[in-house]
Amino acid sequence: MSAADTRADITDNREGMSYLDTLPRRVVTVYIPLFLIMFVLLFPFYWMGLTAVKPKEELVDFERSNPFWTWAPTLEHITELIFKTEYPRWLWNTMFISVVSTVLALIASVFAAYAIVRIRYKGASTVGGLIFLSYLVPPSILFIPLSTVVYQYGLFDTPFALILTYPTILIPFSTWLLMGYFKTIPFELEECALIDGASRFQILTKIVLPLAVPGLISAGIFCLTLCWNEFIYALTFINTHANKTVPVAIVTAFTDGDQYRWGSLMAGALVGSLPLVILYSFFVEYYVSAMTGAVKE
Amino acid sequence: MTDAALPLSRRAPIREITAWDRLKTNRNWLGFWFMVPAAAFLILFLAYPLGLGIWLSFTDTRIGRPGEFIGIENYEWVLGDSKFQDAVFNTLFYTTIASVAKFAIGLYLAILLNHHLPFKAMIRAIVLIPFIVPTVLSAIAFWWIFDPTFSIISWTLKEMGWRTTNINFLGDTWNARWSVIFANVWRGVPFIAITLLAGLQTVPPSLYEAATLDGATRWQMFRYITYPLLTPIIAVVMTFSVLFTFTDFQLIKVLTNGGPAGATELMATMSYNTAILGGKIGEGAAVSTAMIPFLLGAIMISWFGLQRRKWQQGED
Repeated sequence: MSAADTRADITDNREGMSYLDTLPRRVVTVYIPLFLIMFVLLFPFYWMGLTAVKPKEELVDFERSNPFWTWAPTLEHITELIFKTEYPRWLWNTMFISVVSTVLALIASVFAAYAIVRIRYKGASTVGGLIFLSYLVPPSILFIPLSTVVYQYGLFDTPFALILTYPTILIPFSTWLLMGYFKTIPFELEECALIDGASRFQILTKIVLPLAVPGLISAGIFCLTLCWNEFIYALTFINTHANKTVPVAIVTAFTDGDQYRWGSLMAGALVGSLPLVILYSFFVEYYVSAMTGAVKE
Repeated sequence: MTDAALPLSRRAPIREITAWDRLKTNRNWLGFWFMVPAAAFLILFLAYPLGLGIWLSFTDTRIGRPGEFIGIENYEWVLGDSKFQDAVFNTLFYTTIASVAKFAIGLYLAILLNHHLPFKAMIRAIVLIPFIVPTVLSAIAFWWIFDPTFSIISWTLKEMGWRTTNINFLGDTWNARWSVIFANVWRGVPFIAITLLAGLQTVPPSLYEAATLDGATRWQMFRYITYPLLTPIIAVVMTFSVLFTFTDFQLIKVLTNGGPAGATELMATMSYNTAILGGKIGEGAAVSTAMIPFLLGAIMISWFGLQRRKWQQGED
């Protein structure tokens, strides 16, 4: 058999048994349901984007124009959002808090994961189990006592209230993920370094971390989205308007009595999600491996 | 060449092993130092508050006033409160329906995505977007979609002539419940679909080929190949899904804030309203502590229930 034939075999295998299906059958059983589900999943974003650029009078008038499209897109809502509200400040708060707590959580998890997997001190596996259990403690149970704790420590209404509490959500997850990555790094590399006189810290920073970069990126991206998404702590621990994060601020800011400013609300939601979506689009594979990696372990 | 032996003779005599050396090299001490940062976070801001929350539920703490131990008075009050009973019902209803729907649709979507498709990677990336966008921000989009007068769904149905009036999505008891469940399912399906897809991709295609040769139907292939091989991953995914649906807060807070008349009040939103808005920390802590037994139960059921099937398959 020639090389070309084997290559053809490989591609055939990848298609699996799909050649058994006829095209009409595939259209009905695969493409149509998939299209419907994708439509439902994406429609709210289309609607969000459309509302953000629709002129105000079209927003509440479905009679004269078709609500599914606009012929006169406007940036009025977005400029109002950026120049007439504290939105840039909220966006900055969200980014700052997310990045700092992600970095803190990653540093703590790298050490913890390395110690559990490679130093294997007495009781390491128990500690690993406890960390997994702490992943299962939801913020909704913790926010009441945490608010009193945050108050006692004098952190209430400061960004530190969130910077220091978010890592508790992130550390269990990223430790668990990094443990999986560290396990795949061959022992021999570390043994060589130990014989050459490297300390554990040097091994970690010079050998293990460079090899675990994909894991660090995965964990980092996932942590960042978790922080961005966090709501209950941000709602409870922050009172001053200027210190709020986007999700909390936006819900409270654009409601004038009963008259909701839909255009600004949607523009705010859109602008608040875009940084994450752009980041995600660059690192899809890392994100997916973070999600599935943490579940598989 | 003559100098080669010099370093040897100049080498310092072997030192006594000091306590500091022991701290630096002993496996257990080294492990301890490496664990300190993570442990500090988890103990100060997770374990301690968890214990404190249970303690607070036995006190009459108010905002700005430390409380005293009052035994199980909070629990007596909470259990007798019809609002709490409604909240428990709502939470259980919300969790059950949403989890079942998320699982069914998520598994279906995963199987669809596992087909040989053009632009597969892109489709998979797009499917995950609802999970990336912060819940509150997509909930705001749903808020607008569910608007009583300017809902696009009502408009479409009216244009098609299927209805003559607007649907009051969030103002009617049952409509509100189904609407929030829909929004929750919408947000949860991508996570379940993508994680289950990762599981599906590990199932060897040869099993399906063998089954096809044996004349198995599509359902039989799913029931006797896909499902058993997926159970371990289903167990983990559903444990997380149930856990986070049960303690959901953001979606309800934004969409209905518990309304209309408490129809969508969950235990998490009730504890927030009681403790933070009402200032009754003790009672609020009792409500949120009351979630723990339910959560443990849910974890046990989804974990051991599905683990046992794994054992029945003879994998262990």
